[in-house]
Amino acid sequence: MPLPTKDILGILADNLNQRKSVLPISNAAATRWSKGLDLPKGGKTVLYTGHLYQLIPIIDAMSGQMSKFENSPITKYFGLGRNVNKFINMTFFMGMMASKDEQKDYDRMLRNIALLLKKANIDFGYLYGEELYSGALVYDEGVDGSFAKHAQRVADMFKKNGVEKIITVDPHTTHTLRTVFPEFVKGFDVEVKSYLEVLAESGMEPDTQITDELSIHDSCVYARHENVVDQPRQLLAKTGAKLNEPRLCGKNTHCCGGPLESLFPSESHRIAGNRTEQLKESGGNVATMCPICLVSLRKAAKGSVKVNDLSDTLARAYGV
Amino acid sequence: MSRVSSKLASAVKCSDTFNADACMHCGVCTAVCPMGIEMLPRKLFRYVQVGLEDKVRENISTIYQCLLCGMCAENCPAEVNIADNVRFLRKYINENEFNLS
Repeated sequence: MPLPTKDILGILADNLNQRKSVLPISNAAATRWSKGLDLPKGGKTVLYTGHLYQLIPIIDAMSGQMSKFENSPITKYFGLGRNVNKFINMTFFMGMMASKDEQKDYDRMLRNIALLLKKANIDFGYLYGEELYSGALVYDEGVDGSFAKHAQRVADMFKKNGVEKIITVDPHTTHTLRTVFPEFVKGFDVEVKSYLEVLAESGMEPDTQITDELSIHDSCVYARHENVVDQPRQLLAKTGAKLNEPRLCGKNTHCCGGPLESLFPSESHRIAGNRTEQLKESGGNVATMCPICLVSLRKAAKGSVKVNDLSDTLARAYGV
Repeated sequence: MSRVSSKLASAVKCSDTFNADACMHCGVCTAVCPMGIEMLPRKLFRYVQVGLEDKVRENISTIYQCLLCGMCAENCPAEVNIADNVRFLRKYINENEFNLS
């Protein structure tokens, strides 16, 4: 049997309603990346992680389990699981299974982004434990009532903290806050920009020239919904890195398969495999700009090609 | 025999999200779909437009298998906002089949 759509969506929506995130994590896990950076609390401009990078090690541990459940008799018990989850936060246990090395890896990417923004002389704060997940997955799955309530909660939190500008780190949070929130929250007028847009606009220059050869993987959401295509290329072009465009790129980029991970893991892996082959054809290490793309393509590549977050390359070239 | 559902038909009519009127059935969407979904979006949207709820229910799995990647809409010559239409169908199924809102 395939994984039960109804029960899984139910668990995600219940979590968002009760615990303010589809996969609730502790404050410590959400803010660990910022240790030692001395980022000011709050402010008119904030760096907003939306928890996506921090969630990947947990999603990775979870998806390993879910793939085993797909087409197994256990799918019958997901309804029971949903009831249990109403009382016990099952994500907590999944969090315990997450790889510590992977957590460090994804925390480093967030640190890279914060340090790059500092290097570009951008004045920004961080909301620490007050930050909330954006609700993107629940919106995509069409659970609009839960999403609408959550969107209002997030908007109220911004208002309470006097936030006027948000710098996002991933395409899903960027799209949700910039394009979807104004449809659901009356009068939502917070300015939202991806860190790639902010860095490109800053005109910052790299410290060193690098000799990397990169096959660039555009995120569907950045490219097709948010028009973030040129900015990462502008930033990379200055570094001396050789950029290879895969057959499908920019506005016609090919999905990483990640959006199907929670409901149809084997289909998700099939799409990721197809995309990985296209990226390998163009040559060089793969550079991603979304944590979901990163984890999906890394798993599909199985070490046959290096897949890295763009922030790692930028951090090296721009000397942070 | 398929029956027309007035509930689905009126939900589509009242919606400011679902709109496939401009679809010319050219099939570009199917050709560029990374998933290779044959049913989505052309055939399914036609079923929705005429209110064939049974057909929608038969294809629940397909509706949730869409990546919402937007490759179809990017290449649609009629500029149909396909992902928004799929999201509308998910919302309809969540509310009417899964009791989720």
